[in-house]
Amino acid sequence: MSWHVVAPVSEIPPGGRKLVTVRGRPIAVFNIGGEFFGLLNRCPHQGGALCEGVLTGLVESPEPGRYSYTRKGEILRCPWHGWEFDVRTGQSYCDPEKIRTRAYPVEVEPGKSVVEGPYVAETLAVKVEEDYVVVDV
Amino acid sequence: MAAVLPGTIDCDIHPAVPSIQALMPYMEDHWREMVITRGVDELNTIAYPANSPLTCRPDWRPASGRPASDLATVQRQALDGFGTSIAIANCLYGVQLLFSEDMAAAFARALNTWMAREWLDKEPRLRASIVIPAQNAEMAVDEIERWADDKRFVQVLMLVSGDMPLGKRALWPIYAAAERHGLALGIHAGSNYHNPPTPVGWPTTYTEDYVNQSQAFQSALTSLICEGVFNKFPALKVVLLESGFTWLPAHLWRLTKFWRGLRMEIPWVDRAPMDIVRSNVRLSLQPVDGPPDAASLEKLMEHMQSDELLLFSTDYPHWQFDGTDVMPPGISADLARRIMVDNPRATYARLGAAVAQGAVA
Repeated sequence: MSWHVVAPVSEIPPGGRKLVTVRGRPIAVFNIGGEFFGLLNRCPHQGGALCEGVLTGLVESPEPGRYSYTRKGEILRCPWHGWEFDVRTGQSYCDPEKIRTRAYPVEVEPGKSVVEGPYVAETLAVKVEEDYVVVDV
Repeated sequence: MAAVLPGTIDCDIHPAVPSIQALMPYMEDHWREMVITRGVDELNTIAYPANSPLTCRPDWRPASGRPASDLATVQRQALDGFGTSIAIANCLYGVQLLFSEDMAAAFARALNTWMAREWLDKEPRLRASIVIPAQNAEMAVDEIERWADDKRFVQVLMLVSGDMPLGKRALWPIYAAAERHGLALGIHAGSNYHNPPTPVGWPTTYTEDYVNQSQAFQSALTSLICEGVFNKFPALKVVLLESGFTWLPAHLWRLTKFWRGLRMEIPWVDRAPMDIVRSNVRLSLQPVDGPPDAASLEKLMEHMQSDELLLFSTDYPHWQFDGTDVMPPGISADLARRIMVDNPRATYARLGAAVAQGAVA
């Protein structure tokens, strides 16, 4: 595992996302209210591109006819068959232990430390005055 | 010779009302008079046409009169014939077809009283289902309450095809009453024929009607699960009677597949449909709609993913098999014991209860 610089923070605003490729892996990076998360861009069901899915909330129910809607924007629905995944963990709703997409640690680092390393930035020109999104792959 | 293990419980036999006259002593004066005044004859349904081969096995068919309509015959053919310890009587009579809720309630009450007096009082191996006027949930609950203290009634009986999908909340008072009293909810093949028995309209033949019952069961099971009946009534046991069972694995694969993508519509369904079936739903053995060879049936049993789902039944007097070949080849000895003894006992809580005969006046 090594940390890779994938985008300046300004490129992925809250609610936004970016598909990046790190070490050959397609990774969807999400900004949820200032927190960043990375998921392998591949639904474990049939390979749908999760990066193109809708971000929704967690719908639960204490009993039939009652609906609770929480964690708005933190649940990703696969664009192919609607399976839901927790953006924070990559776990599916339907079978969280067995069905999950890989989650990658994502951090924000100031340009100054990114320049110093040990970060890898093959495709980005890094400026010390910017903050950057880095992914551990 | 007994065809079954000691302690076997036959979960589906069909004692029949010999004629409407048999119910008259148990009807209230007003309704007895209405039957005569209005010229109400038998509450026949087309579910089991009298002369259909399926309606009664040839060696059980009486020279005259309705099959399985007298106690001595049922004792000889069903109870002694198979050697069962207990048999659960599910009386199929056209109560559910009536459009008058009041008349349906009157007939259901008469029918259950007739069952208690003419059958249960006279034969300790018999148990029965409470027939309800499902046309009106309040009246249905009244009928359940009327018999709830009589532990010989072990189940509430409904038809798989009524006025609405069985999971609908209008029917929930019935399920609440069943759960409250430890009664299973038996859902039997058949229709009130207020709607076509297939989702695409009226079929031409009896063959289609009967074969398509399994589709009605699929719809009913889907409705019960999706509407959240088992979330609301977690202790409720539903028994699908005369449903066949080979469709179950494939249907649950399908339901689980779409639940995974659509479950936000029914967020109370918070576990896979197979898990819900395993905890709350059982199916009767006959008619076995399985493959003809033992190896294929064994495969199917693997797909069922549980040895707790099937309950022994003969479906007497319906013609589903010959002789005493009620268990299909391909059932292991261990599974046979579960089907005949363990599973029925686990499903019908009241079978373990001490029975006070004539507990209800």
